[in-house]
Amino acid sequence: MKATVIVTLKPTVLDPQGMTIQRSLGSLGLTEITDVRQGKIFDVRLKNGSREQVERLAKEVLTNPVIEEYRIIWE
Amino acid sequence: MKFGVVIFPGSNCEQDCYYAIGTVLGKPVEYIWHQETSVKGFDAVVLPGGFAYGDYLRTGALAKFSPVMKAIADFAKKGGLVFGICNGFQILTEAGLLAGALLRNVGLKYLCKFEYLRTETTDTPYTNLMHKGQVLRIPIGHGDGNFFADADTLKRIEDNDQVVFRYTDAKGNVTPEANPNGSLNNIAGIVNEQRNVLGMMPHPDRSYESILGSADGKLIFESMVNALVTK
Repeated sequence: MKATVIVTLKPTVLDPQGMTIQRSLGSLGLTEITDVRQGKIFDVRLKNGSREQVERLAKEVLTNPVIEEYRIIWE
Repeated sequence: MKFGVVIFPGSNCEQDCYYAIGTVLGKPVEYIWHQETSVKGFDAVVLPGGFAYGDYLRTGALAKFSPVMKAIADFAKKGGLVFGICNGFQILTEAGLLAGALLRNVGLKYLCKFEYLRTETTDTPYTNLMHKGQVLRIPIGHGDGNFFADADTLKRIEDNDQVVFRYTDAKGNVTPEANPNGSLNNIAGIVNEQRNVLGMMPHPDRSYESILGSADGKLIFESMVNALVTK
């Protein structure tokens, strides 16, 4: 079984890296892209039925709840 | 009185701290390997700067799982002095011993330069030898020093007088220009509610004698000694 954990900064937290990417798009003519937020993706493999462990991994290790949030895509 | 300096894989300022305490202050100091499960016998523990676990995942994120951190959390709960400098500050926030988090610098650059800091409170074991408003000149060296906390947390630490140092100009004015990294309210260092745990991004361990360009950092270590003597 596979899971993908996506970690992003909370919408209320400034993302200087995403802002820098967005600001550099003008020279490419990508003028309709108004916002870019940078995050992280973790591909996880697990034994069947251990979804709870992935939840704990996402919550307790991969995310700092002060600044980040996560979502999990199960495959 | 015995100081401990914790070494994580990737710490790189432990010798500066060790020298500042052992040679400059002349106080007993020992290294503590991060695999230790006890800090018994120590009166103060310093978490030095560096790149613990290569800053992988997030700064400080993996260091908080080192065995010594559980012992340090217990030690802090009992009132022991725990002092995190730079990466040590990042580790303390990740471990939940201090509020907030340290984000990437707003300008995205790694910054290595002297800063002016205003002492906001003398009611801590780290600032008892200074006067309120005293401006210190202490260098920074970090890429992730941008202090962030949600609005409620920020209000709480401000109301509780937990902000210890702010980035200012040479005269002690808090201005946007004096803020090197985007930290909220120009915050450079905070204590916990109990006031025995301090985290700060600037390096007093790089400014404890004048040959280094400033000896202001020595005041912080001397305040710790003073606090331990008068305890």
